[in-house]
Amino acid sequence: MARVGVFICHCGTNISGAVDVARVVEAAQKMPMVVIASDNKYTCSEPGQASIRQAIVSNKLNRVVIAACSPRMHEPTFRKAVSAAGLNPYLLEIANIREQCSWVHSHDREKATAKAIELVKMAVAKVIRHEPLYPREVPVTKRALVIGGGITGIQAALDIANAGHEVVLLEQEPSIGGRMAQLDKTFPTLDCSACILTPKMVDVANHPKIRLLTYAEIKEVRGFVGNFKVEITQKARKVDYSKCTGCGTCWQKCPEKTPSEFDLGLGKRPSIYIPFAQAVPTKPVIDTDSCRYIKYRQWLAAGEQGKKPPECRICEKICPTGSIAWDQEPQTITEEFGAIVVATGFQVYDHRHYEEYGGGAYPDVISGMQLERLMNASGPTGGEIVRPSDGTHPKTVAFVCCVGSRDQAKGRTYCSKVCCMYTAKHAIMLKEHDPDVQCYIFYIDVRTGGKDYEEFYLRTLDDAGAIYIKGRPSKIYRDGKKMIVLGEDALMGRPIELAADLVVLATGMEPRTGADKLAQKLNISYNTYHFLVEAHPKLRPVETQTDGIFVAGACVGPRDIPESVAQGSAAAAKVAGLFSSDTLVTDPITSVVNRERCTGCLLCVAICPYKAIDCETTRDTRVVAVVNESLCKGCGLCVGACRPKAIDLRGFTSQQILEEVNSLWS
Amino acid sequence: MIETARYAYYPGCCSKASAKEYTATTRLVCKALGIELEESPDWICCGASSAHSIDRILGIALPAHELLYAGRMKLDLVASCALCFSRLKIAAAELKDDDVRKRVGEVLGQEIPGNPDYRVMHILQVLEKHLDRIHLEKPLKGLSVACYYGCLLGRPKEVAFDDAENPQVMDRVVAALGGEPVEWGFKAECCGGSHVFTRPDIVSKLSHRLLYQAKQAGADCLAVVCPVCHSNLDAMQKSIGKEYKEEVDLPAFYITQLVGLAAGLPPRKLMFEKLFVDPMRLLRAKGLA
Repeated sequence: MARVGVFICHCGTNISGAVDVARVVEAAQKMPMVVIASDNKYTCSEPGQASIRQAIVSNKLNRVVIAACSPRMHEPTFRKAVSAAGLNPYLLEIANIREQCSWVHSHDREKATAKAIELVKMAVAKVIRHEPLYPREVPVTKRALVIGGGITGIQAALDIANAGHEVVLLEQEPSIGGRMAQLDKTFPTLDCSACILTPKMVDVANHPKIRLLTYAEIKEVRGFVGNFKVEITQKARKVDYSKCTGCGTCWQKCPEKTPSEFDLGLGKRPSIYIPFAQAVPTKPVIDTDSCRYIKYRQWLAAGEQGKKPPECRICEKICPTGSIAWDQEPQTITEEFGAIVVATGFQVYDHRHYEEYGGGAYPDVISGMQLERLMNASGPTGGEIVRPSDGTHPKTVAFVCCVGSRDQAKGRTYCSKVCCMYTAKHAIMLKEHDPDVQCYIFYIDVRTGGKDYEEFYLRTLDDAGAIYIKGRPSKIYRDGKKMIVLGEDALMGRPIELAADLVVLATGMEPRTGADKLAQKLNISYNTYHFLVEAHPKLRPVETQTDGIFVAGACVGPRDIPESVAQGSAAAAKVAGLFSSDTLVTDPITSVVNRERCTGCLLCVAICPYKAIDCETTRDTRVVAVVNESLCKGCGLCVGACRPKAIDLRGFTSQQILEEVNSLWS
Repeated sequence: MIETARYAYYPGCCSKASAKEYTATTRLVCKALGIELEESPDWICCGASSAHSIDRILGIALPAHELLYAGRMKLDLVASCALCFSRLKIAAAELKDDDVRKRVGEVLGQEIPGNPDYRVMHILQVLEKHLDRIHLEKPLKGLSVACYYGCLLGRPKEVAFDDAENPQVMDRVVAALGGEPVEWGFKAECCGGSHVFTRPDIVSKLSHRLLYQAKQAGADCLAVVCPVCHSNLDAMQKSIGKEYKEEVDLPAFYITQLVGLAAGLPPRKLMFEKLFVDPMRLLRAKGLA
């Protein structure tokens, strides 16, 4: 026999201002199975909670209704309170008479009171049907996967490892380092990017708790928080890393040269290569698209058609350790993890989309990242800033901000956040490289939100003498040796024509190609630009809607280095928190399948947004749905979808809901 | 036997004056390709730049007169002038709005039917659609053509049928004729348009840049699809050259003249003599005349 206690909160005047609490108490006392009904000024306060605990004990209550604020606010608080009095915490029901009643009906006390009474009545009807529920415990694999070896992933991996947990750091390129490795200097301190990044890369390589998987990609992700099973494809490097010492003989002698991805096509690299001098690991991979011997093998396999490629094999002949492995194929590795950090970063917007700026056809219209490579001492020109077309030193340089950012016509509405600052940096650096250089910067707004950023921007004006022109240029074209930038000086209100030697487009950030596919494998959300979506943009910035999967850095949205590092550390803290206990408690409010009723239509499998429902075959060979309670979030979609009504949601059973609704007419 | 394609045709005012050769060759080429053009017996001016800059409804009502004709004929409406095309297509888009339709109906003194989808095409689209009908009697081999689209075909996005900054339709047509479209960056830049009457200095500046850039890109000639652009680039070319002390000597053809040439239509019917910059020397040099 249920013995229900009803506790009605005034919430100061939040509720009592619109609802006549005394009348609600009076009405509640007459409801079926209600033993006691009382009110309190602040039920959530310690005296309020104490009075509930006391009432439970002295009245031998076995069901509790609290009419107060939204359960989103204080359900955990009140569950703890009833639990402290010895009651199962799930024998509690909350009637929301604040957000859904007093706040929205403050103008009509009569109706608000009537509605509050009905809400309490429904909660009483429902709580009578409540059953005790018990959370389950699942073990946690204390091993983390960090996807992406840029500065964000490196930071996350180091922090997790330093907290004492094993980490696998996965990178799709042959080396870790990411975009930061390509930068020359960093704003606003003008630190050499490599000097602050490469020691961290070495730390990763040497850390006993970190395993590095470069040149590898995620194939499939299964499981749930604490217990992920991840299939990883190790791409074929054609080099046996167990033998290779990274001596460098092969990449010095390889006769084939192909445009370097790392130098954005401005320089060349051999077919067997490390992307840059400080690469980690310092072991090469063979690029099967350009390698002469691979081409020769393909020619053989294709029945010797066409021109015979040279049968080179020089790397193999000179390798002192016999590490070249022509027959190496991609491998699939399966690993188990308790948590996953996604830090796949960004790529630079491809300015070939801008036909009005030449669509990539003019060699002297380059991206900001290309200028970084030109400025870098280990770049394709050894740090000499020259025009890609003729190798001369540019004296007049035009910068165009917001290329691929803040441009609805190109489908890129967002601000990429870093371009104003890196353009300011470029102007300062160019002046340092060559005092005769004059920079003109076309901008929409100069955005310098960050510590010491505005001061840095002012140096562009004061020290580097850059001239800022407000307005997005409409066209860039070539006239003889000069590049002509057409635009409007919006402050002067007149058209402007600028003849420059070099034009640098401050291209924005976009997520890495394939970020959407990866998000689908991980079952996390992404937005229209394919940036990943965090659980809450302000309060849960590195969590996702999927427990145990965290996001950090520029894969979530444009971020500069300090923010990316902070997010990497934040994600690591979340992982360490998750790994701080041996088991995880899972919420018992999950759906449950009645196997006798299930017809095996599996509509629920398709509809479940959390991939929590699977199927299995019973002993009498019927296919039935089965819920993975660790993945289930209790959303109830499957309950609605189930045609034979074989699925129910614990804590919100169909019967409970029906009783709630019926109570309104009784 | 190829099935006849039928379109409603809107010649536009210039067809009676500065662009006689454009309209004539449009008709000629279409006839040769088995394309029937049905001209409305009572067409009126589309309003050009003037009408819509004075009154929005007037700017829709004038072209709407022509759209109604095409609607009655149940035909797609084709214009050869880029501005006429733009005005017709904008009007067709505007007429989707009930209120606009009502107000335009009041101006025209008749009800505008709500439903028919008024489909407007530019002659370039028609040519591309029926490219396979062209018998290449005289491929334009060795003729480098700078295709000039003008600023209206790709803008605004709502009425455009090609990329705003780097359109390709005409390049494909020229390539299909055996010609060599050149890559250049000024395909869709403004020539100055009707400013020629009030601010000829603007037109000289903009058109000079176009001509100069086309020449720099290695073009032998221009292909044009708008009568106003054409008069700026052809008729004004000599005076622009004088002003900038630089003879450009770049014949500017209407695209239909080039199609006719490649299809082997007799040159005297293609009215090359109407062009201010004489193309005959170029055509003879390329073995095309």
